[in-house]
Amino acid sequence: MQNITIKELNKKFEQKKDNSSFYVKSFLKRIDEVEDNINAFVTVTAPEGLVSARESDQRIETNKRRSKVDGVPAGIKDVLCTRNIRTTAASIMLDTFIPIFDATVVKKLKDAGCVIIGKNNCDAWAHGASTENSDYGVAKNPWDLSRVSGGSSGGSAAAVSAGECVFSIGSDTGGSIRQPSAFCGVVGLKPTYGRVSRYGLIAMGSSLDCVGPIANTSEDIATVMEIIAGHDEKDATTVETPVPEYSEGLNNSIKGKKIGWVSEFSDMGLDREITEALAKARCEYEKLGAEFIEINLPHAKYGISVYYLIQPAEVSSNLGRYDGIKYGFSADKSENLIDHYFKSRDKGLGREAKRRIMLGTFVLSSGYYDAYYNKAMKVRTLIKEDFAKAFEKVDCILAPVTPTTAFRIGEKDQDPLQMYMADIFTALVNLSGNPALSLPCGHDNHKLPIGMQIIGRNFDEETILNFGHQYEKATEKETWRNLKTVL
Amino acid sequence: MKEITKEQVRELAVLARLGLTEQEVASLAKEMTAFLDYFQTLEEVDTEKVIPTSQVSDLKNVLREDVRRVSKITLNDKLQNAPSREKDFIRVKKVLE
Repeated sequence: MQNITIKELNKKFEQKKDNSSFYVKSFLKRIDEVEDNINAFVTVTAPEGLVSARESDQRIETNKRRSKVDGVPAGIKDVLCTRNIRTTAASIMLDTFIPIFDATVVKKLKDAGCVIIGKNNCDAWAHGASTENSDYGVAKNPWDLSRVSGGSSGGSAAAVSAGECVFSIGSDTGGSIRQPSAFCGVVGLKPTYGRVSRYGLIAMGSSLDCVGPIANTSEDIATVMEIIAGHDEKDATTVETPVPEYSEGLNNSIKGKKIGWVSEFSDMGLDREITEALAKARCEYEKLGAEFIEINLPHAKYGISVYYLIQPAEVSSNLGRYDGIKYGFSADKSENLIDHYFKSRDKGLGREAKRRIMLGTFVLSSGYYDAYYNKAMKVRTLIKEDFAKAFEKVDCILAPVTPTTAFRIGEKDQDPLQMYMADIFTALVNLSGNPALSLPCGHDNHKLPIGMQIIGRNFDEETILNFGHQYEKATEKETWRNLKTVL
Repeated sequence: MKEITKEQVRELAVLARLGLTEQEVASLAKEMTAFLDYFQTLEEVDTEKVIPTSQVSDLKNVLREDVRRVSKITLNDKLQNAPSREKDFIRVKKVLE
């Protein structure tokens, strides 16, 4: 049962062995068993899930399934609006917020027959790399309950890893899909900026935010992407470029393909065991006939600075709407309108949100705008150009996802700058806009999963999914693939 | 090194409409100073002729026809999340004395 894939479920449904209700019930039972330990969900939507599973059963029975995700149980990160189901962004500010519409990705999944069984825990407002900022408690790592699941989409990655849902939809502003996927030993994709609609996503950093899937295999990611990607008139940043059939390209040969190896990354504080796992992955790709080429990203070392200037600036603007009036937490004993703003935002927003709002307000304030915000936007241009230059020579880039494997709960939460450093290899890709896949490539000596990142050309998700799938096939008999989570 | 003072933190908090405790003011002053210190590395990058990037999509001015459509969402739907409501209005504190 645990870690069953969309592909396997499809076989069962095609053979009419077991229907959607059967699987949805077993996943709900699994949630019941492990949630006290993992805390991967803010809200479990059992009644709604069972209703849509029964509808799916009928379609399975009559051979009228709408898509490959019809009847498949999924989680949705609690920053994506779900109609009539509360959506908290893991902040008490939105504890009672009930959206009146579905996010576009949610609507597309529902229309495809997918069964949504709950809303996944995350860092409040998606601010963080550990889910320790969630107002609903930390989501723990299924490989070691004393460690974080990563963030901000930690609940999504933990739920997939612990077998509480088949896949989940997360969001990635600086690594929030890829880093928890690496920490929990699952696969996550940050699509190209503009590939997947953000309509209905509770906005964090609008020039960086991407919505994407977390699943057990690259093949499952391809299946979900075929459903959620595409132009949306409700999100003006989505492009009209047609969505390829990602599943079709998975078995392409990678012989003769060129993979970039970033010279600068070896000096950026990478754990020895991760370095070794990446070297092994490189050998696997060489065996498959790919060629490695050293490339340079000279401005990579400025990534964290640029990201933590631009992102808080956008956060301070996006969180301005939470005023305690239209919706969300509202202070009860305020003297006048302005006092009401202060009190509602003081109580409704947590420590990290306040920190980012303050930093963002500072860097956007007159007198500092040029020195900080504008400077960061200029270095962002250079980072983007670095990637463009690299992609003149290579088809994709192989890189680490995180400097370390999952850290302990409480280890970094008193030192924000240390926590920010967790984004060092991922935030760069949000600044440039490229797509990137995070997938497991081994375990360290604590049995914790190690992830690697395959970064692609803009709108070339097809290549990186192809590379992910080929690696998974080549390494399916590796002993580390038999390791199991602790639950 | 650029230091953020507690006074500056209080002024920024007013701009951001954040009520902060004295303890929060003190720790934010310290943390923000540390961030700015870290960000100083950007000064070594020559950006004189570089055009800033505010967004990475190649799209520009995405427009559509301004067509009137009937919404399925009712007024009641729209007001259901308002913390304080009176009939078809959201209740707010007095703005003008």
